[in-house]
Amino acid sequence: MRKMVLLAAIGLVALAAPANAQGSKELVVYCSVLNEWCTLMVQEFEKKTGVKVTMTQKGSGETVTQLRAEAANPRADIFYGGVGDQHMEAAEAGLTVEYRSPMLAELHPWARRQAEQSGHRSVGIYAGALGFVWNSELLAKKKLDEPKCWADLLKPAYKDEIQMSNPSSSGTAYVTLATIIQIMGEEPAFAYLKKLHANINQYTRSGPAPVRNAARGETTIGINFLHDGVAEAAAGFPLKVAGPCEGTGYEIGSMSIVKGGKNPENARAWYDWALTAEIQNKAKTVKSFQVPSNMKASAPEQMPKLDQIKLIDYDFARYGSGVERKRIITRWEKEVGSLPK
Amino acid sequence: MTRAVRLWLAVGWAGALVLPWYAIDGSFWDFAWLAKYPGDATAPLLLQVLAHGRWWLLPVPLALLAATAALALGRDDARLARLLVGTGVAGLLLMLAEGAAIDHRGWSWAWLQALAGTSGPKQSGMGYGALVLSLAFVMLACQGLAARGWCRGDAFTVGAIALVVALVGVFVFFPVLEILFSAVKDNDGRFAPAEFVQKFFDRSVWGLDCLHSSLRCGVAWNTLFLAVVVGAGSTLIGLAFALIATRTDFPFKGLLKVMSVLPIITPPFVIGLAMILLFGRSGLVTGLLYDWFAVPRSRWIYGLQGVAIAQLLAFSPIAFLVLIGVVQGVSPSLEEASQTLRAKGWTTFNTVTLPLIRPGLANAFLLGFVESMADFGNPLVLAGNYEVLATKIFFAVVGASHDQGRAAVLAIILLAFTLGAFYAQHAWLGRKSYTTVTGKGDAGLAVPLPRGLRRLCYAVAGPFALLTAVTYATILIASFWNTVGRDYSLTLQHYVTGFSVEWGARGLHFTGSAWDSFWTTIQIAAVSAPLTAAIGLMTAYLLTRQKFAGQRAFEFGTMLSFAIPGTVIGVSYILAFNVPPIELTGTGVILVICFVFRNMPVGVRSGIAALSQIDKSLDEASLTLGARTFATVRRVVLPLLRPAMVSALVYSFVRAMTAVSAVIFLVTAQYNMATAYIVGRVEAGEYGLAIAYSNVLIAVMLGAILLIQLAVGERRLGRRQPQAVLAVQAGG
Repeated sequence: MRKMVLLAAIGLVALAAPANAQGSKELVVYCSVLNEWCTLMVQEFEKKTGVKVTMTQKGSGETVTQLRAEAANPRADIFYGGVGDQHMEAAEAGLTVEYRSPMLAELHPWARRQAEQSGHRSVGIYAGALGFVWNSELLAKKKLDEPKCWADLLKPAYKDEIQMSNPSSSGTAYVTLATIIQIMGEEPAFAYLKKLHANINQYTRSGPAPVRNAARGETTIGINFLHDGVAEAAAGFPLKVAGPCEGTGYEIGSMSIVKGGKNPENARAWYDWALTAEIQNKAKTVKSFQVPSNMKASAPEQMPKLDQIKLIDYDFARYGSGVERKRIITRWEKEVGSLPK
Repeated sequence: MTRAVRLWLAVGWAGALVLPWYAIDGSFWDFAWLAKYPGDATAPLLLQVLAHGRWWLLPVPLALLAATAALALGRDDARLARLLVGTGVAGLLLMLAEGAAIDHRGWSWAWLQALAGTSGPKQSGMGYGALVLSLAFVMLACQGLAARGWCRGDAFTVGAIALVVALVGVFVFFPVLEILFSAVKDNDGRFAPAEFVQKFFDRSVWGLDCLHSSLRCGVAWNTLFLAVVVGAGSTLIGLAFALIATRTDFPFKGLLKVMSVLPIITPPFVIGLAMILLFGRSGLVTGLLYDWFAVPRSRWIYGLQGVAIAQLLAFSPIAFLVLIGVVQGVSPSLEEASQTLRAKGWTTFNTVTLPLIRPGLANAFLLGFVESMADFGNPLVLAGNYEVLATKIFFAVVGASHDQGRAAVLAIILLAFTLGAFYAQHAWLGRKSYTTVTGKGDAGLAVPLPRGLRRLCYAVAGPFALLTAVTYATILIASFWNTVGRDYSLTLQHYVTGFSVEWGARGLHFTGSAWDSFWTTIQIAAVSAPLTAAIGLMTAYLLTRQKFAGQRAFEFGTMLSFAIPGTVIGVSYILAFNVPPIELTGTGVILVICFVFRNMPVGVRSGIAALSQIDKSLDEASLTLGARTFATVRRVVLPLLRPAMVSALVYSFVRAMTAVSAVIFLVTAQYNMATAYIVGRVEAGEYGLAIAYSNVLIAVMLGAILLIQLAVGERRLGRRQPQAVLAVQAGG
């Protein structure tokens, strides 16, 4: 026993190697897109610049929590990917710094608007539209119609066939709430959500879960970002996707530079580089089918074109603010989430 | 006393004069810092004061000097003892004060900045010198206390208590308090007790609507109900298995042990995933039931039932591990006495055996109860719309509303439940004696179970074993399916992706994507397991065999980190250890420390359960014969604690390899853990790779458990072997 403890103590000392973040040849990235995409970005950046990139992949909510906790002594330089709301919140909390990239001119207007609304503390790197994803085999077996509009989802035939994520835990679900409110107005929107409640079989905790569950036949329809559905369809599942006829909201996947990071120059180099068409075009090679923010980059063919989907004029300034988000989520929890099934 | 004091003084001076005072970037084995020694960053304490102008450190070596002077001058033992206590405590307090007052940005407190008018001097986190010196201060104070008669003047005991208290204080209380304070703050960090009250008494927490309407009950009641069901169920199942393993002639006991150990070594999510693959709406069993009996496909698995089943699968083996040691320890001679007095088998079991294993039952229930409350993986996958505290807390922290205060409030509720269970357990066990392993000759033979009870045991264990077998068969096969849930053709692709090895120009290359996290996980688990077992058993020994003030509070403190959900621990560790004086984030050490103090309670519980069966007179005999406490512990107590040691080692190793929620915030690119990698795969929908990786981990952990059992060995109690009886019967 004593020997084991001694060995363990030696091992413990061997582990005392902190992630060294000093020197200008390094960069620490907190990455909130799919792991393959993160790895691709890291490899390409290392190849191009020779900078050693240390990357940690986490969900965007977890990343913001980590940035908050580390605020007194920041460890990261770049926060890459994840829904724009989270970047907006990081900006609001003063966790990120202002930076105007020379690449801004090449970006789609929606990506630039994310930058402007966050006081240039963030910028759009991709967009993903919200919509319906369904398992076409299950739908046919149950002889149900394909959902086309938000209004369709209230059909009694869909009882217990629809899944969406839970607004109190998932950024995707919050985009859904904000979208429905912006289409219908707040009061009718909540009346709609209460009716929809009868058809929802589960409010999943994580955002992409409805797509995974629809792919594997655990639910028939999911409300989700379309690119997640397209990725699962590409993996061989019988999934179909559509944008709602009344219009739909979207997320702007964003990127920010962390305040107090140890390698600000490399962070800016990454920032500019990540906005180029060349690297953005490579996302689809690792099954990420979001629409890239550089106008010269091409959108993936598998994905319904953004101009074929009726996009609403999403008010990111209002619905991205922490106060409004808290109010809407609390109201949903009180009035909808607690309703009996 | 003076020899030990001299030793600790020497250690203290080594820490002050030789070792670098501040933490150094880079690996310990990377001796690059020696080239710069003793520079600004690497200088030891005294040079920092004299050469680098860090004047605020000066009082610290002065305290050490005072202790040395006391030894050199003092002839009077009582005065020396007082001085040692004084200087030791003063040295620690001085270190604490200077460490807390000045951090990497200057003065830590606003009033100090205002007073000095500048941002102040800067310093980084404490390093090896500080670590060694603080240890020396603690030990010097303990020598003094022992000389003043504490713990019957036994310096080993005082030192052990002080060490455990200090460690638990720094690595449990400090971070936990840090985060609990956020319960009374609003999101901007202002003091807001009204918000605490509102969050605490919220209807979503305590609502009882499910009793009289179709509305849902509060998350607190949900969690409590689930935990009671799982605690009671797992104790029952664990007891059934323990009785079968020790008191029947069941032929496949080895198999039984392996099978009941399997669920604990399964990474989280995997049991949940397997349950969905089997019983989900499109699950295999669901499909069969539909085809054969036209049972409609439903989503029944998502909810209380599903989580309860998954948690029973996961936690009953823990109950088994606790109970098998206890059932083995019950002295057969008591049972034989009962039977000699003509008691029937059932009466004997009911009035002798069962009462004697009460500490085991209580501990098993407590562990199941607490585990269920803290479990995060299974509710995440299976709970559906049934809310429990652990997941609610996780999403309060990372979810869309980022409400750390609410997470802290919910964590306090969770803590209160655990505390309640802890006290209920104490009340139930009372002050009765459960001693069954004594120094007297004890050559009884365990009584076989009464027939009715044996049937009952098989009836409980059978279905559970079947379910375990089916679940694991699924997990094994699923890793070879092309696409889980869709394409059931067989492939090795997932293993190749994760664990491919290539023979390159410079030897073996581990090219699979999982290797990095795999090696890190093994290293960290292997380092933390013996440390956890050592500190856990030492604590158990102190709690059962020594008497000191504040013992109860101390015992509760050791349970604290276990009871708090991993997410909260993870965040609290970042809050506490990201800035000087103790700067650990980004290292592997923080992961090890997190695991050691999170899993230590298991060592404590199994140690207490085993120790309460071992007669104190064994220790006393050893002490009377002139052995010191340390020798007694090593040569008498430890050998008798082997089952507890095995379960502590196994459990902490396994937990370090399978923990998720705590490490999600602590992993870095350099130190990534297997489970964090697996969660990432699950999120990306790559269930095949996730399950394949889990299978590799399961295989590794099985191997490790066998190794541990070989290394530690069995406890040898003076019990007759059944073979001997057979021989006697054959001869007679």
